[in-house]
Amino acid sequence: MQRGPVLLFLAWVCFLFFAGIGLFMSGFLLTRIELASSSSCSDPLVPPPWERQSLPPGSCWAPQRFSKAVLVIIDALRFEFARFNPAKASPLPYENKLSFLHHLATSQPRHARLYRFRADPPTATMQRIKGLTTGSPPPHVGSNFATYAIQEDNLLAQLVQNGRRVVFMGDDTWEGLFPKKFFRSYFFPSFNVKDLHTVDDGILQHLYPTVDSGEWDVLIAHFLGVDHCGHKHGPDHPEMTKKLTQMNEMLRSLVDHLGNDTLLLVAGDHGMTETGDHGGDSEKEVNAALFVYSKTALFGAGPPEEPEAVPQVNLVPTVALLLGVPIPYSNIGEVMAELFSGDGDAVSAALQQLSVYHINAKQVDRFLHSYSLVAQDLPAEQLQRLQELFSSAVEEHSRLLAQVQGVTLVPPELESRLGSLIGRFQLYLREARAVCTQSWARFHPLRMVGGCTLIAASCLLCYVASELAAASDSFYRSCLLYPLLWGSVVAVLLGLARVFTQEGLDLLLVSSWAAAASQLGFFWHWWGRHPKRARLAGSQPPLASVGLRQRLRAWLGLAFPMGILLFRCGAMFSDSFVVAEARVAPFLLASLVMLLVGKLHWDGRLTVPEGPKQHLLGFSSYRREIWYLLCLVAMLLVCVRLSGFFHQCREEIPQCRPSLFLSPLASLRNTRAKNLFYLLCVALLAGLVYAVRSWLRHYGNLNSSDPLVLFVRWGFPLVVLCIACYWAVASSADDSLGKLQELVQVAVVAFPWAVYGLASVGLLLLLCNPMTVFAKDTRESAGSIVTPYLGVPSSEVDFLHVIPQIYKRMQESQKSRLERGSCKATVAAYGLGSVYSAALVIALTLLGFLLMLLHSERLSLAFLLLFLEAFMLLHIHTRARGLAGDAEPFSVPWYAVISWLLAASQFFYSTGHQPIFPAIHWNAAFVGFHLDHSTNLLPAVLVGANTFASHILFAVGCPLLLLWPFVCEMPSSQKRKSKKEPREELQEVEEHMMEMRLRESPEKFSTALLQLGLKYLFVLGTQLLACVCAAMILRRHLMVWKVFAPKFLFESLGFVVSSICLLLGISLVMRVDCAVSSWFSQLQLR
Amino acid sequence: MKEAEIRRLLAANLLCVFSVILTAVVPAFFWDGFTVLGTHLAWLCVCSVCVSTLHIILHLVLKPNLSPKRSSFAQKISRFLKCCIYFFMSCILFHAIIVLYGAPLIESVTETFLFAVLLSTFTTLQCLCVLGPNIQAWIRVFSKNGAMSIWESSLQITTTCSILGAWFGAFPIPLDWDRPWQVWPISCSLGATFGYVAGLIIAPLWIHWNRKQLTYKSR
Repeated sequence: MQRGPVLLFLAWVCFLFFAGIGLFMSGFLLTRIELASSSSCSDPLVPPPWERQSLPPGSCWAPQRFSKAVLVIIDALRFEFARFNPAKASPLPYENKLSFLHHLATSQPRHARLYRFRADPPTATMQRIKGLTTGSPPPHVGSNFATYAIQEDNLLAQLVQNGRRVVFMGDDTWEGLFPKKFFRSYFFPSFNVKDLHTVDDGILQHLYPTVDSGEWDVLIAHFLGVDHCGHKHGPDHPEMTKKLTQMNEMLRSLVDHLGNDTLLLVAGDHGMTETGDHGGDSEKEVNAALFVYSKTALFGAGPPEEPEAVPQVNLVPTVALLLGVPIPYSNIGEVMAELFSGDGDAVSAALQQLSVYHINAKQVDRFLHSYSLVAQDLPAEQLQRLQELFSSAVEEHSRLLAQVQGVTLVPPELESRLGSLIGRFQLYLREARAVCTQSWARFHPLRMVGGCTLIAASCLLCYVASELAAASDSFYRSCLLYPLLWGSVVAVLLGLARVFTQEGLDLLLVSSWAAAASQLGFFWHWWGRHPKRARLAGSQPPLASVGLRQRLRAWLGLAFPMGILLFRCGAMFSDSFVVAEARVAPFLLASLVMLLVGKLHWDGRLTVPEGPKQHLLGFSSYRREIWYLLCLVAMLLVCVRLSGFFHQCREEIPQCRPSLFLSPLASLRNTRAKNLFYLLCVALLAGLVYAVRSWLRHYGNLNSSDPLVLFVRWGFPLVVLCIACYWAVASSADDSLGKLQELVQVAVVAFPWAVYGLASVGLLLLLCNPMTVFAKDTRESAGSIVTPYLGVPSSEVDFLHVIPQIYKRMQESQKSRLERGSCKATVAAYGLGSVYSAALVIALTLLGFLLMLLHSERLSLAFLLLFLEAFMLLHIHTRARGLAGDAEPFSVPWYAVISWLLAASQFFYSTGHQPIFPAIHWNAAFVGFHLDHSTNLLPAVLVGANTFASHILFAVGCPLLLLWPFVCEMPSSQKRKSKKEPREELQEVEEHMMEMRLRESPEKFSTALLQLGLKYLFVLGTQLLACVCAAMILRRHLMVWKVFAPKFLFESLGFVVSSICLLLGISLVMRVDCAVSSWFSQLQLR
Repeated sequence: MKEAEIRRLLAANLLCVFSVILTAVVPAFFWDGFTVLGTHLAWLCVCSVCVSTLHIILHLVLKPNLSPKRSSFAQKISRFLKCCIYFFMSCILFHAIIVLYGAPLIESVTETFLFAVLLSTFTTLQCLCVLGPNIQAWIRVFSKNGAMSIWESSLQITTTCSILGAWFGAFPIPLDWDRPWQVWPISCSLGATFGYVAGLIIAPLWIHWNRKQLTYKSR
């Protein structure tokens, strides 16, 4: 059989998918790196020493201008909401409602000012809060998956670090973002969008008492009513009038409570569209309002005609310097200089502004410098230009300062130079911000579309190739070799081009171009083969029409599994369905199986062709197998339903309670329940081992004395024992053991390592010698035909049909020789008929043990269900095939592959996972380790194995779909045998061939494996494609960072894991095939 | 003959459709506050009862399966009892299947059971009326080329449509629209009803269009 080409083909297809995923990911996820550094008061950025002395106490970097600040965030306060136009005769419900702001701005023009506050997309509240406090656009995937907490330096961290008391009230998103930062906090739930008043009323209840108590330096109040009103009713609604009027009153009384040393900032974090939604980058969503007020004069001059537009990040350095704290390290905002002009004359105001610009520019330069050291995504030549701009401005600044220093009256010539220098600093800061936002805050649509196209084309390729697959050389040449050549030629050309143009080699781009080229090559050659066949078909017109009808029928047959797949893919496009996927997958699985049974019935496969006699009897018109099939289906449905009890919850469904089985046993208080559960879990483990062993014994795979078989006999119970001990130690209460504490510490580490060790020994044995065949050579004994039941060590009466595997070809090849020697002898090989699946079953059991160890104890119940369900699926598949009377035993039908994959994704949820980062079981990284890892790789592998446990098991077990019908063919053949006349004894021997049928036709076997792998990859790839398209199309959706992006990440990781495991499973089958070949050749030599 | 029978089928089916519509409208006149969504359980009961009585009446009036031999009273009684048992068993079976498909196991048992009753009314009761308590015939009808009269074809279509409707009815449940009809089992029972009504309307039309191809084997 051709092993190399099959594996190469599958690996190539996997590579195509990986290239697509990589390309899409690089265009979709913003990859800004979060720097861990933070600013501090003693940083050498601060002005030269002679100015430093003038800093009042409690100030860093710049003199503190306000000792207190109140930041009122009104969620979704669009600029139009805050603007007041007295000329408007009939204002809309949201217009002219914040009259108090207008009153302040007109009556005290030097104290108050309204700005347009430009938000960076995505305009979702959490991202905006991050932007408003760190001063840079937030990265999409943070450095820390476990929490949402902001890891970068931010305004709140600086305030706390410098001893300011920060009081917060309002939206509880802040709690997750800034844990334990607040001096005092009043959080209110933000989740219910329909609730307009809880948060606002809660804040109003605490706001004035807190302000009056004076126990705060910075007060943040985040009102949600306006945003929720927008979501519920839209802006153009009387409710919005009420809400804005309430806000107006709130501001009016708040200002009455403020002192002279307090800065008031009223800001909207984003705007809203005409339907009240936000999240995207449209003008109405980006355009928020900012209002600044203080009781002491802030501005040097009156307001401009049209309110100025300031980017949201500018608030960060401004507030930091006004309050006298360092600017956060990663800020790229620019100070709002007019707030620093003070009361003095124009020159001193300009000098003041210059000093804050200088600090700001130095801070941004430091950030750009350290950022460019760790990441290369900012273009180098731009950075170079910025650097020049900066150094020239700083030089000019120091020169100017030296001149100004001695002079009391600044000449007008200097004044203009001051003005131009400010302009230069402004230019530098704006350009720096533009460079950063351009390279960070943007999707790369071209890359996304490219990635999507690559994945879609790979899916198509899988489908086409699975239809074409044939073991001929010409197939491999035209469908594998040439495309690979195309791909490598393009890769080499691109590499050369890069070398000659002296540019950095982007591995991702090169590999995607190579992938695209090899795909083109494949389709080109496929197309080249196609016309020939079309012409052949065209030469016989009557056959063509028949072919059309047959093809139509085949398409209809495909429609039902593909329809289910289509529903599953469609469900990826709705956030509700993604959230509810834990229930969607079992629903579809159940529907698929029921449809299968219904279809078999409709086609009349379940009933015996009607004879006149049978008409009278009750149920006789059904075949006997139908009851077996129905029982299997019922068992499967029960498994599916039971597995639903092991669910994890998402925060989107507040009324959901996570399953009790997810928590480790150690957390159980009730000792009796704990003991009971413990015993149950261990019993189930033992049951699993017993089931596997008896299955192997049933098929005669436990008879030999090979190391592998010995391992199955003795190693499996030992593994179970180790796991049981580990569970016992891990779940015992900490304090109950007293002196044994140290021993327990050792045991907690030792037992998992024992399991790891034993399992790897088992897997190694499996790789070295996967034969579980017991050969009984009777050639020397006096010419009798095999009586295999006698010599079997563990044969029992009820295993009467233990298969004496007489390998026909062996027999024939020896026949001539033996006949010459006139003794009729043969070789009986036990377990040869199931040698492939036995190896897979052993591997799966070992993997199952490992994965169970990584999960909490009671999830072993879910794993047991998983094995049971897989077993049921295999049997249903086998039965259905038997009943449908498929002509092609070597091709696995689509429904089987799809149901296998549906079960895989169902058990992803049923082993207590969800495609969100907080739901990852981090504990898995510490099974067998003591809170310490030297590298990141090992914990990543452990957590990954835990998360994708079901993907791993189902992908490795995928070849069973092909093998199982052969393994199970025996009972039916026995039945048939009884009907047949005895003269067909030769036939009977053939019936018992089981998996050796596959060896009989190695070409077909390898093709079948290739086809199965391609079908599996097609179904996986289609699901991935749906996720990718959903993430791409809905990238401006409100829920994209909460639902679609994590789903996409989990799905693509799951794809990678599944495809690698699929390759491993198929190569295991091939390894067994190698071993079987060498076994036969040895036998022949003997 | 055939045309006339199709017309009779159409009339019978339209009557069924009409009765389903009436169950949604009429009780509101007698009972304040009755709506299909608000008092859904009541509607489920009313609809099941009305549809089943109508079916039985239609069966008695139209007699689609003219049994050649006249049966005795005792036989009739035993037939009736058998029908009742079958109906009840189908309710239980539907309930089990619905639960296996993901309906809550312990909570809202009444809702689930009434939904199962409704489904049984749309499917099993019809089978019982047309075919009698004869599993053999059921198996025959629900396989390819098994229908032997237009009544049986109609039965195939309406039953399949009802179950498909119920299946599709489960789709909107996870959506976050917060509509009153997304509550279990309203969307499913409405889906089943719409499917049933659609099946009733489609069946005569489909039979009419395919009357050339449909050549029923004589019994």
